[in-house]
Amino acid sequence: MNKLKLIIVREFIAKVRNRTFIVMTFLSPVLMIGMIALITLITKNSIEKTRTVSYIDQSGLFTPDDFKETKTLKFIDISNLDLETAKETIKKTDQYGLLYIPKENSIDDVAKKMQFFSNESPSLIFTENLEEKLNKRLRLIKMKELHIDIEKVNESKIKSDIQLSNFEGKESSKFKNELKLGIGSAAGYMIMMFIIIYGAMVMRSVIEEKTSRIIEVIVSSVKPFQLMLGKVIGTAGAGIFQFIIWGIVAVLLYTLLLPVLGVNTGTQVNAEQMQMIKEVAENSKIELIIQEIKELPILTILISFILYFIGGFLLYSSLYAAIGAAVDNETDTQQFMLPVIMPLMLGIYIGFAVVINDPNGTLATTFSMIPFTSPIVMMMRIPLGVPLWQIIVSLVLLLLTFIGMIWFAAKIYRVGILMYGKKPGYKELYKWLKY
Amino acid sequence: MNTLLETTDVVKKFGDFTALNKVSIKVPETSIFGLLGPNGAGKTTLIRVINQITMPDQGQVFFNGKLLNPDDVHYIGYLPEERGLYKSMKVGEQALYLAQLKGLTRNEARKRLKYWFDKFEIGDWWNKKVQELSKGMAQKVQFIVTVLHRPKLLIFDEPFSGFDPINANLIKDEILQLRDEGATIIFSTHRMESVEELCEHIALIDKSNKILDGNLQDIKRAYKTNTFEIGIHVNNPEALQKELVTKFDVTTAGFKSLEDDLKLNIKIPKEDTANDLIRFLTSKGELNHFVEVIPSASEIFIKAVNNNQKSI
Repeated sequence: MNKLKLIIVREFIAKVRNRTFIVMTFLSPVLMIGMIALITLITKNSIEKTRTVSYIDQSGLFTPDDFKETKTLKFIDISNLDLETAKETIKKTDQYGLLYIPKENSIDDVAKKMQFFSNESPSLIFTENLEEKLNKRLRLIKMKELHIDIEKVNESKIKSDIQLSNFEGKESSKFKNELKLGIGSAAGYMIMMFIIIYGAMVMRSVIEEKTSRIIEVIVSSVKPFQLMLGKVIGTAGAGIFQFIIWGIVAVLLYTLLLPVLGVNTGTQVNAEQMQMIKEVAENSKIELIIQEIKELPILTILISFILYFIGGFLLYSSLYAAIGAAVDNETDTQQFMLPVIMPLMLGIYIGFAVVINDPNGTLATTFSMIPFTSPIVMMMRIPLGVPLWQIIVSLVLLLLTFIGMIWFAAKIYRVGILMYGKKPGYKELYKWLKY
Repeated sequence: MNTLLETTDVVKKFGDFTALNKVSIKVPETSIFGLLGPNGAGKTTLIRVINQITMPDQGQVFFNGKLLNPDDVHYIGYLPEERGLYKSMKVGEQALYLAQLKGLTRNEARKRLKYWFDKFEIGDWWNKKVQELSKGMAQKVQFIVTVLHRPKLLIFDEPFSGFDPINANLIKDEILQLRDEGATIIFSTHRMESVEELCEHIALIDKSNKILDGNLQDIKRAYKTNTFEIGIHVNNPEALQKELVTKFDVTTAGFKSLEDDLKLNIKIPKEDTANDLIRFLTSKGELNHFVEVIPSASEIFIKAVNNNQKSI
């Protein structure tokens, strides 16, 4: 037991002192925030870019009111030009395109025969916007033709807003569900990333022990199983340590940034959520939102995140350790990586494809029970509310599989660490199980 | 003499391949025991069984009269042939870590390391990373780590590889001193001159079987052929050689000497003694050189292995 502790401490220190770890820990939050800022900037820019469109209206149905300048769209009336000349002229300018409204006998014909010329094919959203604009006027004219009282139509317009609440009567908003999904997806994704990054660390460390030939010295003092377990636990510790650092950074940012943004709440939110809150605040719903963040089962999410991270990491990293033991250098690991990466990828895909649409459906429930995908899929479901028994069953299954897996991995590890020069295949590995 | 380590009919199989086939050895206490054999014979597997790295399929290992148990790793020091250290770890930290894995407390390990680092005059390496050291320097650290916990049994697999002659000598002297202080040493090597120099007992393993073991002197006695190397000054060497050929098994000897002598290896029948031969030779001329041919460890090795492979 004492030796296991020594190994864990050494592995932990070796990981934490590593330059990559230090860079990762302090650079990735910066990168993360930078990325979010970049994405926001880019999307904003592309939306806010003002496009100029010239139009020829020969139908005489439209008024300048229909072509009012908006944030993103500006119209120029060139109805005095004929179509061919206009096409030639607009083509040479940096205008977005040319809208052509012909003169036809009926409104329906006008509606069908309008044309838009442009250099690049316009986006779906743009076309829909434009059509909506034109429809508005055409509909009005059509209604007049059909002698429909426009005022009454306007009066009859009604906007419904379904209030969501659960059976306990707690009110929630659609935004809350999106928030929950966001948190769940982020947690699931993070678990996957950590398993891959830290699993590879375990693998590299096993390979290092093999190539530096220290392994035989070590296993003459401790059992290979102890060494493997110590390595896995020590590395997991480094991972959790990194989380803690990020947690502290997040809390610091939160306490420093919140007063600046002029929002005062008792809940912890990150910069991204702040952005969302600010946007939603325009709908003057901010108080409800903050209330909802407070009501999220943050403790449940945190505890299950840590449990699933540990469980998932232990399960996968013992596999990574076995792979490291089986090969002599990192390039040889490729053939064994696929079966490890596949279930992780599957978890993410299931999460994004199924959980979002049907978080409590059969498929989502099944995959949140299967130990190889449960850390990811269950983590995505938890913020949306999962019965406790499901979490417990899933965690117990994860634990049992981990025990089986580490036994299996230890067998390969034990033989592999002392094998040099051979590049084993799956058949070879199967034989090792029996040594 | 007490037996410190004994293996009885140890069998280890890897799939269809038998790495050790009923190997039994006895290592006497405070001796240097040579474990010899061609490449791939099974020496490393046997050493790993003794270190409890590999578990035998059959047979037992006794340490100090009792069945070997996991705590015995504290009394065994092992310097494997495939050895190395964590490259990016500092020398001192690493030595402390490895010593603690062998059961020393941190303080005790630090004290003893200081002693050894002073002895080898490498105190200023403490904070260096292993990757900054040369191979020979790293080997020294490795040697210290192996012996630091003062094990009763030391197992050295090719301990001199990577050392220059001066440092190899230093290590050899340390090994001898450790033996004098009561340690028992299992020594595996292909360098027959060091076997000759150090080992009192040997075991020879070939193709997974032990084919020879015992006290080196006894083995030599058993392998000697009653052959003598002589150098004699006579007026007519050809005549003498002809006469000798009719009586004995004679070959030309190649030793160096100052005299222009007739140099021969003469094998005499078992019932004859050296005195008989000396008497005969001195009657013929001036006998300058007379020495019994004792088989070297190397010759015994080759002969035993060849015989074993012929018999399979």
